[in-house]
Amino acid sequence: MTYVRLLRLFARLSALNDLAYRTHFVVQVFESLLGLIAALGGLALVYARTATLGGWRPAELLAVLGVFFLVSGTINLVIQPSMQRLMEDVWLGTLDFILTTPEDAQFLVSVQEVQLWKLVDVALGLALLGVAMLRLGAHLGFGQAVAFIIGLLAGGAIVYSFLLVLATCSFWTVRAPNILAIFQSMYEAGRWPISIYPPWLRATLTFVVPIGFAVTVPAGALVGHQGWQGIVGAVALAGALLVASRWFWTMGLRHYVGASA
Amino acid sequence: MKMLLDVYRAQFKAVLEEQFQYRVLMAIGLLWLVLQPVIYLAVWSAVARAHGGSVGGYTLAQFAAYFLAIMLANHLTFTWALVYWEGRVRRGLLSPLLLLPIHPIHHDIAATLMYKLMTLVVILPAAAGLVVAFRPALHPTPWMVVAFLSALLLATALRFLVEWTLGLLAFWVTRMSAVRQLYAVALLFLSGQVAPLSLFPLPVQTATVLLPFRWMVAFPVDVLLGHETAGQTLIGLAAQGTWLVLTLALLAIAWRAGLRRYAAVGL
Repeated sequence: MTYVRLLRLFARLSALNDLAYRTHFVVQVFESLLGLIAALGGLALVYARTATLGGWRPAELLAVLGVFFLVSGTINLVIQPSMQRLMEDVWLGTLDFILTTPEDAQFLVSVQEVQLWKLVDVALGLALLGVAMLRLGAHLGFGQAVAFIIGLLAGGAIVYSFLLVLATCSFWTVRAPNILAIFQSMYEAGRWPISIYPPWLRATLTFVVPIGFAVTVPAGALVGHQGWQGIVGAVALAGALLVASRWFWTMGLRHYVGASA
Repeated sequence: MKMLLDVYRAQFKAVLEEQFQYRVLMAIGLLWLVLQPVIYLAVWSAVARAHGGSVGGYTLAQFAAYFLAIMLANHLTFTWALVYWEGRVRRGLLSPLLLLPIHPIHHDIAATLMYKLMTLVVILPAAAGLVVAFRPALHPTPWMVVAFLSALLLATALRFLVEWTLGLLAFWVTRMSAVRQLYAVALLFLSGQVAPLSLFPLPVQTATVLLPFRWMVAFPVDVLLGHETAGQTLIGLAAQGTWLVLTLALLAIAWRAGLRRYAAVGL
């Protein structure tokens, strides 16, 4: 319960912060719409030449785009800025302030920074998913919806663990600040179902930078391209990565020397 | 002239040492540069395979050649101008550059050239790997290579000047990220990085002739692949030259006006 209260507190704090910069909201809406136009433009170009892309119909790819926006919106809303802040804190030694509180440090560093305006991307993703579902309406069952939500949660956990591991590297090297950008630039590949990529790239996007699990698997579950094996695999990987990243985080913490040392 | 050469030599050395400090950043920039054409190559290969191996006159091997050439052209014409101009104006990093008895554009030209030279170490092996992975069809005649190199040289100069001039907008706009994004999306589509321009609807194709984007990346690639006749190539080179002159004039005007404004902000 404390966690929920803390989460609300952090959200409120950053909301107060962000509400002072309202033009940022306009800029964010502009940038998100631009991203949407680019994404839809790409789809229009491709589907002007073909009816299905690697077995995916237009409405199904719209669902992929919806998940793509939803996941990136959520990551940029809280996880990415919090991890960026963690790396700065390690560098400056200000992580002391978090370590001296009685709450779990991993939880605090994961939610300490919220970029409120990124909710625009989340809303856009939900809207895209809505449109995709309306178009697919007839084929959508209850089982698929459940599989989709489980897949989405598992994908979120996988991406979170992955980013935590990347950020934890900063305990060993201060040169790391740009390391999170690796994920950002690889994430762009998630706009398209990863099944269309050549095997080496598909393997990278599944096991090295787990974008396939974050976007393609939940979207596939929603439109019925994904058997239960994919979802079970995603859940298993999510569990393993959560444990592994937790372990890595404790290891990193032991390396932390603090500002006063 | 002698002085300018000395300045460039000094700049090259400084940039070399500077860039080595940011190896990780460099590698990440390159990751995107290589990944993006691979993504669109995969997309269009999937489309072509679904239609008996070719779409819009492009076979699988021709798509591979196109996106490989796009990757190289994009790398050679790419600049950081839009990113660093924001910091220069907002945080006043321009001031020390203004104290030097030489136009800051020389610093940036030297930095850009050196960056490209250094990153070729990564780009060339990546290109070789993609040749093995995708087997592109590329059979240029010597004349096509000559035309390609001249078009590429003009494209590099044009894109550098366009992005540098656009960067000067930072004197007037404080949130450059919106400008950057708008430009990035326009460039992505209209310079042929998402798909060969001949796959676009006709009105868009007409627009690309009149806009500068095509002449900054797609044109040299089309010349290399033999998609332009001799006449079209000459017209294209002329279009590049025209845009170059126009941009240069705009740059001179914007630079003066911007400097006046910068002084006002600093006071």
